[in-house]
Amino acid sequence: MKKRPGVVAGYAMKQLFRKPATIKYPQGDLVIEHNYRGKLSYNPANCIGCNLCVRDCPADALEIINVGTKENKAFECHLSLGHCVFCGQCVDSCKKGCLALTPNIELAGLKKADFKMKL
Amino acid sequence: MNSKRITIPMGPQHPSLKEPSCFTITLEGEKVVNAVVGVGYNHRGLEKASEMRTYIQDLYIIERVCGICSHTHSTAFCQAIEELAGVVIPPRAAYIRVIMAELERLHSHLLWLGIAGHEIGFDTLLMYSWRDREQVLDILAMLGGNRVNYGINTLGGVRRDLEPHMVDDIRQVLNYLEEQDKYYIDLALRETTLAARLGGVGRLSHEDAIKYGAVGPVARSSGVHTDTRVDEPYAAYSEMPVNVITDNHCDVFGRTVVRVLEIMDSIGIIRYALENIPDGEIKVNMPRKIPAGEMLSRTEAPRGEDVHYVRSNGTDKPDRVRVRAASEANWHGMAHMLEGDYLADVPIIIAAIDPCYSCTDRAFVLSDGNGGEQVWDWQRLRQYSLDFYRKRGVDASKLKIAKQ
Amino acid sequence: MAFFNILIFPGFVFLGAYALVLAFLDRKLYARLQNRQGPPWFQPLADFLKLLGKETVIPVDADKKMFVFLPVLALAAVTTSYLYIPLWGTSSLYPFEGDLIVILYLLTLPTLCFFLGGWYSTSVYATLGSVRVLTQLFSYEVPLFMALLTPALLAGTWSLSGITQYYAAHPLYILINIPALIVAVISCQGKLERVPFDLPEAETEIVSGAFVEYSGRLYAIFRMAIDSELVVVCSLIAAVFLPFYTGVAIADFGLYLVKTIAILFIFALFRSVMARIRIEQMVAFCWKILTPLALIQLIVNLVLKGVLA
Repeated sequence: MKKRPGVVAGYAMKQLFRKPATIKYPQGDLVIEHNYRGKLSYNPANCIGCNLCVRDCPADALEIINVGTKENKAFECHLSLGHCVFCGQCVDSCKKGCLALTPNIELAGLKKADFKMKL
Repeated sequence: MNSKRITIPMGPQHPSLKEPSCFTITLEGEKVVNAVVGVGYNHRGLEKASEMRTYIQDLYIIERVCGICSHTHSTAFCQAIEELAGVVIPPRAAYIRVIMAELERLHSHLLWLGIAGHEIGFDTLLMYSWRDREQVLDILAMLGGNRVNYGINTLGGVRRDLEPHMVDDIRQVLNYLEEQDKYYIDLALRETTLAARLGGVGRLSHEDAIKYGAVGPVARSSGVHTDTRVDEPYAAYSEMPVNVITDNHCDVFGRTVVRVLEIMDSIGIIRYALENIPDGEIKVNMPRKIPAGEMLSRTEAPRGEDVHYVRSNGTDKPDRVRVRAASEANWHGMAHMLEGDYLADVPIIIAAIDPCYSCTDRAFVLSDGNGGEQVWDWQRLRQYSLDFYRKRGVDASKLKIAKQ
Repeated sequence: MAFFNILIFPGFVFLGAYALVLAFLDRKLYARLQNRQGPPWFQPLADFLKLLGKETVIPVDADKKMFVFLPVLALAAVTTSYLYIPLWGTSSLYPFEGDLIVILYLLTLPTLCFFLGGWYSTSVYATLGSVRVLTQLFSYEVPLFMALLTPALLAGTWSLSGITQYYAAHPLYILINIPALIVAVISCQGKLERVPFDLPEAETEIVSGAFVEYSGRLYAIFRMAIDSELVVVCSLIAAVFLPFYTGVAIADFGLYLVKTIAILFIFALFRSVMARIRIEQMVAFCWKILTPLALIQLIVNLVLKGVLA
């Protein structure tokens, strides 16, 4: 095959008239799949406090705490975003469907304390 | 030391290295006469971490052995455990694993093509191939939920099913990629500057490839007919039309050709799998406690053969996990490939094996045979490191640091 | 008036500003050729100001005086050479017989500064980079000089203003010089240290070569010298090879901007479609292909000179 320098030139010139493939991130429109694994959400209504999610979490990011009394249980889920690896195993482990992943990925914060949160 | 020779340390921090590692290179003019490969800056204690957690938790640790070939690592690990537990995964799950593995190969090879372009100053190739890779990542995110650590494998099957509307999206991306890849093949064969920079550098002859135990595209580009997908079919590969692509250039150019042709082959495999995917369950139940035993499992990562060894002891935690990533096998021939080439070629030769530094780093302890344990204090460690570098011609003890 | 010319227009301030504009256009075009967004218009200025504000570190082993002096000398040489290039009309501000030679000499000075700067910073990477700077200088300088001097040969004058006047009077003669134009554009890539000849600062190989120890203000001055050199080289090629004028000063100035940006576009295209080649390939290419081509042009122009006379 005949070799020559600058084979890309024609293709590169075409790119001048194409829409750039990158977006200006904070302003641009970011397309996220609806089933993307982002921040966890928690619905305490059905939670029985079995702690299966906590046991299966590979990063020790989750904590389910009983804030009510022994008879009248009320659960809170504490998540450490800095530890979470967004694998979604807790969602699979939950038998009651209390946990779900949302496509929210814009989770950057300025303070370390921001990453520890109550869901 | 010969006065004509200079020793330069490439790394631990260097723009061409994406992760820390140190190549001590002795030069005569611009020619490399000696190279010492120093990996080990990125030890993460993965194996020990896996041994301290349950099998389900390990899945996500093993997946993070490598950022690029995450799926093959977790497939190998899952296979070993499923085999130990005596579980057979449903055929649909096996097909989905194959589709993911091949999509991963697509994005890994496109990534490599871009890196190779960047190392030789051809940034336009980097931008184009990474733009196309982005399409694959979008598909992977759609299928798995994440862009790189998809987390689709689970013990006993896969976690997410392939929806019918995804199939059309995947086919569309495959058509686009096929067209683009044809362009890249054409480019690799016709561009003079690419041929000038890639041809004849980093030579690894057929005999040396076997001697040093090279795997994956590095071995295949030296004419070694090896591919775990064919040699020992796993998942649904026994039904797939896999072609082993070999090349006889034995150099970086050959490795490029093998990879761009493998992209074409992978597209064919995914199309076949999408066409013939059986219906049914995607997961079978797995016990939490795995019966005692040991298992070796092999998969073909984009970079070569991954080997996982798992020993279980009847509890829900593994007794021993050993991961041999593909790059680990390819490091051995590196010094040989570097010697005799120009300094300018060092980055591309290193990049040509598609190295993964943190995947390979393992710690081991040399015992004296009597069970004696060695404890080194800070002073002794420091002295050891100074001696280590002095032997390689770098005297760090006299390093002066500029004062303000 | 001379003071205004040297400091404000077309000297230091205008050159600096135009250098930033061209640097932006270069980066934007490069980005768009790669199907990217590219930087915002103020990016080169922001980079420059940021570098100015950074700490300047001078290595202990480096020769302090030379280390500080060399960036300034590089920038001064480039700025001086700009004064002898015609920007509007066919005459520069201070034309004299032989100013083309002076411009070429002044344009070699920054390259020497890069070499010495790398050499005096006594780092391994910087030393390797400076050796490459010098090796490269010996390869591209001969074809570049021949390519720029052959049009002068036909015009029969060593003055840049004289050459532009000659070609403005005989615009068709520039067609003869097209091979020289090609040689000049290619060897300018070496002079400006751009892909495919960016070996002296090859980021992935020798980090950034001769500049590896430079930081803060000194590096900012070096960058400014490199950006200004881009303007000067574009203007030089425009003056020698593209002598189209309207006769109105403002229109000519606009024409000058168009010409330099057109040349910049070719430079950006060059940069984006090729891989960096190795030093021995670069030397071989310059001596085996570019120099013979320039020699042929030289012979053609000599013969034509006889025929036309």
